[in-house]
Amino acid sequence: MTVVNRKLAGLGLGVAMTMGAIAVPAIAQDETIKVGVLHSLSGTMAISETTLKDTMLFLIDEQNKKGGLLGKQLEAVVVDPASDWPLFAEKARELIEVDGVAAVFGCWTSSSRKSVLPVFEELNSILFYPVQYEGEESQRNVFYTGAAPNQQAIPAVDYLMENEGVERWVLAGTDYVYPQTTNKILEQYLMDKGVAKEDIMINYTPFGHSDWQTIVSDIKTFGSTGKKTAVVSTINGDANVPFYKELANQGIKAEDIPVVAFSVGEEELAGFDTTPLVGHLAAWNYFQSVDVPANAEFISAWQTYMKDPKKVTNDPMEATVIGFHLWIAAVEKAGTTDTDAVLDAIIGLETPNLTGGIAKMLPNHHITKPVLIGEIQADGQFEVVSESDLVPGDAWSDFLPESKMIEADWTAPISCGNYNTETKTCGGDTATP
Amino acid sequence: MNAARLLQRIALFLVLSLTLAIPARAQVADSDLSPLVDALAPGNFKDREAAIGVLVSTEDPRVVPILEILLEGELYFDDATGKVVFTSAPSGKGTISDPLTGDELPTVTEDGLDKVKVNNGLRRVIRTAIGQMTLLSEDAGVRRFAAQSILRDADPAQLELLDSAIAAEADTGIRQTMEQARAVIMLKTPDASVADKTAAVPVVQAIGGRDALNVLTTALASAPAELQPTIQTAINGLARDRAVWDVAQNIWFGISLGSVLLLAAIGLAITFGVMGVINMAHGEMVMLGAYTTFVVQEIIRQNYPGLFDWSLAIALPLAFLVTGLIGIAIERGIIRFLYGRPLETLLATWGLSLIIQQAVQRIFTANIREVGNPTWMSGSFELGGLAITWNRFYIVIFAIIVFLSLLTVLKYTAIGLHMRAVTQNRRMASAMGIRTPLVDAMTFGLGSGVAGLAGVALSQIGNVSPNLGQGYIIDSFMVVVFGGVGNLWGTLVGALTLGIANKFIEPYAGAVLGKIIILVLIILFIQRRPRGLFALKGRSIEA
Repeated sequence: MTVVNRKLAGLGLGVAMTMGAIAVPAIAQDETIKVGVLHSLSGTMAISETTLKDTMLFLIDEQNKKGGLLGKQLEAVVVDPASDWPLFAEKARELIEVDGVAAVFGCWTSSSRKSVLPVFEELNSILFYPVQYEGEESQRNVFYTGAAPNQQAIPAVDYLMENEGVERWVLAGTDYVYPQTTNKILEQYLMDKGVAKEDIMINYTPFGHSDWQTIVSDIKTFGSTGKKTAVVSTINGDANVPFYKELANQGIKAEDIPVVAFSVGEEELAGFDTTPLVGHLAAWNYFQSVDVPANAEFISAWQTYMKDPKKVTNDPMEATVIGFHLWIAAVEKAGTTDTDAVLDAIIGLETPNLTGGIAKMLPNHHITKPVLIGEIQADGQFEVVSESDLVPGDAWSDFLPESKMIEADWTAPISCGNYNTETKTCGGDTATP
Repeated sequence: MNAARLLQRIALFLVLSLTLAIPARAQVADSDLSPLVDALAPGNFKDREAAIGVLVSTEDPRVVPILEILLEGELYFDDATGKVVFTSAPSGKGTISDPLTGDELPTVTEDGLDKVKVNNGLRRVIRTAIGQMTLLSEDAGVRRFAAQSILRDADPAQLELLDSAIAAEADTGIRQTMEQARAVIMLKTPDASVADKTAAVPVVQAIGGRDALNVLTTALASAPAELQPTIQTAINGLARDRAVWDVAQNIWFGISLGSVLLLAAIGLAITFGVMGVINMAHGEMVMLGAYTTFVVQEIIRQNYPGLFDWSLAIALPLAFLVTGLIGIAIERGIIRFLYGRPLETLLATWGLSLIIQQAVQRIFTANIREVGNPTWMSGSFELGGLAITWNRFYIVIFAIIVFLSLLTVLKYTAIGLHMRAVTQNRRMASAMGIRTPLVDAMTFGLGSGVAGLAGVALSQIGNVSPNLGQGYIIDSFMVVVFGGVGNLWGTLVGALTLGIANKFIEPYAGAVLGKIIILVLIILFIQRRPRGLFALKGRSIEA
């Protein structure tokens, strides 16, 4: 009996150790500025988010080599919210209240972001969110350095219409808030462009869906009516591998039915042989294959830091880099890490992005980004086939009737994330009017 | 290997193009053709499309290999001079040569090279162009390929070329493809005569499948009134066939899903079904099996690339051993202290599953790992109107083999007899001289080993990441409970029933709702029959 209990206790301890916070330095030191890193290191999202944690450690390391910030060294405080949305809020609170971090870089899924929003508002801290998302939000304490729908989804659809002459659309996504909102915007946009309702097929699948036989076969049927068909995929992370494998095996070629994905990057493609997928597309604001000096320099520094010459880079990494550089610039301009001062200082600041353009922080807390469309190559990289000028991020979609009159502007005199330009009133922070 | 393949292809096409059956057409002089080839490099995709058009209009056979290489995305140009070149290895590496003369170009370096970009639209154009240029080739294989490419595009502009090709064609198979292409073109051409179109309808209908349906539906809209009934009849016939095949296809999808469920659940049918251990770490055994495959493939890739098609055969016994031994260790280390206390077993194995996941994540990182499909498991084949993918097909076969072997082990071997004896009446078995602790360890090891085998198979259809097991654990329990605890046949029937039911609900309700409906149905079923489909009658139930 006692033997068993001891075993169990040991087991419990083991679990607690694995699940618990990884690195929480106990003593607060005045010489360092603390930066919170809030990315899942275990659970389903660890696949995507672990890289971003490493990116932050890399950036902080680089900054410290350059002499730190305001004469102090930066110190990363890494916590593991374990892909558990409510835990994100708890860990965010811990970072701000217990560790006293100056800013937090983190979250991936929209669910995790929504979960931490009230915490950042209540404790008046700053969050940099580095992932493309569905829009329809602008919060005073959050900076969105990933793409809004007008910086990814809409240009991708335009590309397919103009260059591939696509007339029939499959909108396939994982069943959660980002794909649903994006597809709602896209459906409205397509119908505004004159696409008939029966030429749009919307399909949702659960997280981690692995049996794609029926859906791929349905796509094949839907695509065989003589009209050029394309798939717009908001399928999340790890469900993509079986999806693409099934596509390849059922013989759907990019030349017949191209798939344009919003969540498939270099990291995901490293998970399988891309030879049968050559020609399928992805829309991002950054690709590792972009051939400019700034990018080459970043990739080589990153691979040296990770001690892995094959380590890939991806779009959310670039967004993290931009967010970090903007924050550094804002703190230097304000001369303090005080939240209110940084919030004021950061608007209008610019930093070079990794594709040769400039990322500017806009009053709506989104940034300017170029839109790149890339075709998958046999080596798992993307070949850029279309590149736009810098597009300013639009928090509230102009294509949804309920949000087209809403604007976000965090500068005086409006200072509102949800400003109705028709009634000239502020509708509150994030609530839909 | 890649470089060799590329070289081979270049050589092949050089030879083919030299023997092209258009001796009448004079070759264009190098000095005239060369600037046309270089025109592929500058500008955007539209410019490139125009440049391809010009190249094709020269009808020079040397253009074909250039287009082939361009289609592969391996055509390069020199940044400084804009000269289009061949390279002997992929990614712009190796010796650089002139695409027309084959002469080496020592002045051009790898660093100065840029890829001539192609996109989907351009690939289509190139494929058509190649088809058009090789339709009269002497090589039957090349002609067949060209005919198929013409059939795919069915561009009315190629009618004349096609007619002369049909007249010259001796191979009946290829001629049939060409005639089908001609029929499709006829239906597409608005000013073709009604007689021509009427004759084309049965030819297209004979192609069968969705492609034919597609062509006919498009033709129906623009067809003259007197032709419409003929086309409509053909469409109805095809649609009827399609409907029948769709049902068959759905059943196949269901069997395939069922076999995946069976593989995932069959190990659990032993650890949970036969032994009664609520083993939450079962999914992790599947995951470890998949990672064993990954490690085997990595070693093969780096050291013996020629063996790649055998990687799965090597991984199977290894995965069985690795997960089997881990299973025995778990049983000896943890579970044997917890027999008879299901709740504690559940918690302990659940904790264990988290530990294993995190350990794998530490060793292999959280990234998805690439497990390749051997060539014999890629692609699909047609069986009547059924499209069956090879990997799914082999997984169904594999699931059947695993199931039958397990059944044999349990029924006809000494260890199987002991296992059944111990699970049915532990004390009596012990009294008969069976070493029950050893049998427990072996049984758990067997269950875990079989889960490892499943991992090898599942790595072929899904992704290999530390979370792989979690995706299957709920389904596995569902199958075992539904089929009836302690009965392998129940697991088989349960897995297939759930698979097929899922596939018939999915087209109507969607994947998300489909899953919910299945869950609700199982809950209702368990209410009616708490012991599942095939309840085991024996003392173990009463005990």
